[in-house]
Amino acid sequence: MEKFTKYVGTTVPLVNANIDTDQIIPKQFLKAIDKSGFGKNLFYEWRYVGNDYEPNPGFILNNPVYKDAGILVTGENFGCGSSREHAAWALQDYGFKVIIAGSYSDIFYNNALKNGLLPIVQPQQVRNILFNLSPDEKITVDLPSQTIEVAGAAFPFEINASFKHKLLNGLDDIGITLAFEEQIAKFEQHTIPKYLKKA
Amino acid sequence: MPKQSIFDKIWDRHVIAGEMGGDQLLYIDLHVIHEVTSPQAFFGLRQAGRKVRRPELTFGTVDHNSPTVDIFNIRDAISKKQIETFTKNVADFGIEAALNGSEGQGICHMVAPETGRTQPGKTIVCGDSHTATNGAFGAIAFGIGTSEVEHVLATQTLWQKKPKVMKVEFQGIPQKGVYSKDFILGLIAKYGVDAGVGYAVEYTGEAISALSMEERMTICNMSIEFGAKIGLMNPDEKTYAYVSGRPHAPVDFDVAVQDWESLKSDEDAVYDKVLALNVSELSPMVTWGTNPAMGVSVDMAFPEIKDVNDERAYQYMSLSPGQSAADIPLGYVFIGSCTNARLNDLEEAAKFLEGKKVAAHITGIVVPGSRGVKRAAEAKGIDRIFKEAGFEWREPGCSACLGMNPDQVPANTHCASTSNRNFEGRQGNLARTHLCSPAMAAAAAVHGKFVDVRELA
Repeated sequence: MEKFTKYVGTTVPLVNANIDTDQIIPKQFLKAIDKSGFGKNLFYEWRYVGNDYEPNPGFILNNPVYKDAGILVTGENFGCGSSREHAAWALQDYGFKVIIAGSYSDIFYNNALKNGLLPIVQPQQVRNILFNLSPDEKITVDLPSQTIEVAGAAFPFEINASFKHKLLNGLDDIGITLAFEEQIAKFEQHTIPKYLKKA
Repeated sequence: MPKQSIFDKIWDRHVIAGEMGGDQLLYIDLHVIHEVTSPQAFFGLRQAGRKVRRPELTFGTVDHNSPTVDIFNIRDAISKKQIETFTKNVADFGIEAALNGSEGQGICHMVAPETGRTQPGKTIVCGDSHTATNGAFGAIAFGIGTSEVEHVLATQTLWQKKPKVMKVEFQGIPQKGVYSKDFILGLIAKYGVDAGVGYAVEYTGEAISALSMEERMTICNMSIEFGAKIGLMNPDEKTYAYVSGRPHAPVDFDVAVQDWESLKSDEDAVYDKVLALNVSELSPMVTWGTNPAMGVSVDMAFPEIKDVNDERAYQYMSLSPGQSAADIPLGYVFIGSCTNARLNDLEEAAKFLEGKKVAAHITGIVVPGSRGVKRAAEAKGIDRIFKEAGFEWREPGCSACLGMNPDQVPANTHCASTSNRNFEGRQGNLARTHLCSPAMAAAAAVHGKFVDVRELA
């Protein structure tokens, strides 16, 4: 996983609530067997017209002024629906480093963090400020101090301490867990009910 | 000892490390994998030179890509490669799997209970958000992403923060023609698609006790549409009778039942939130919009536009406030998915089709959730009722619930669907999905539009 400490960049607003993972990355792109190249198909149904990647001029990501935005600002319950981690891969491959939403589905939230894509929760009044930023206005997302700095103001955000530690250090979960091998083996031996064990 | 819910009890007995309130390392008793969300996980294992820690606690199914007409002839080269990759992965890592076209094949959340692998007290995960289906047995079951799939394969554990616990009590006796699908659609319509975010939901009450295991699974299945990745119920005699005698049921069955009984929620267990819904007040539900909370009773007018989300939904669905379900110009009926493709679902739908014909302008397909269901339905002659009415009787799989396979609802076509999601494009590019019960879908096929099954029942 990539380390995350601080990101300075511009924002793009996508104000709808309940944006589901079917919209973030539609099913026809889930047939891949690797993790790369999903960015091109991010928000496919909204972003393109027809079947040949012709940009839909009405969709905000196609507005050239938002071309370099690395922070997506959006509504409540972002990433609801399917558990597809492809949604996090697509957002990241497109170039997003941070999502700021009213809330997240529980599965998407974990998926984002496992890939070093930082999901931040902010109340409506803060997101209203962010929704109205000019496309070239940079904001700073600082993980160590857990703050978003916008034009001189600073807004705090919450993050679970262990997630923060993993993001700051770019740690691989499996590597951490394998250090618990002794406890896992002991659990398997003593705690699992006997009726679950095959004779 | 404070009084505990079934969720608390199962959670506590699976914690290996970590403190309450933070991330805790949970042991996973059953890991179900399928072809779509596992390839990158196996790639990661190979790259790191890791093995699957407990292949015998892992079980594979092929379902999302399966063609339901000619199951062995996968024309889409990318789908074919994904299935072949899965077949190789389970073979290389020693995992038992119900492969495409096999006798045991079916949708992952159908096959795990059918084989008896799903049992009370277990922790069950799968790279699929409808995994909570298994919670109907009194298990903690939830969907995970591919990084977590890799983690479980390598360690048989997961780091999770304990969610809050919500109790949803379903009281009363439903009218004839109102089904468990209407319970969950009614709950979601009332409280919203994000009401369950951050919670594990325990469904309880007399209306749940009265349901069969199959009907209970429909409710737990759609927990994620309520916002909750975990939904579960207390086990009872029906649960034990369902598990008993299945290939993976515990050998010491009486010992197991004794343990399962101890897992039931204490009478005065403490919950973070409690909701109640009287099912006697429910009507058959139909969704009009593009998320599962955008649903109303079949006899009610669609609501006024209250925000940009409603506006966009009406535009996509080409419907207006004030219309009702009977005004929807249906062109397609899909009976299938992990929500409603069990034997009881097909039997109930067939009751509305016997001796009748599907309306001329409707295309109807029925896709049993597993080969077991398909065989059982055929043994009872239910396939014949569907076929004689004009439905296509298909091979098992996820089919048009998500259209990753050739089964897609055509653009701009309205579909009465027994599945779980009415998202934009879910069943096919520009497809318009209306979620409902199998009875409502079957009756709509015959009448060519939505009708109130209470008037037919």
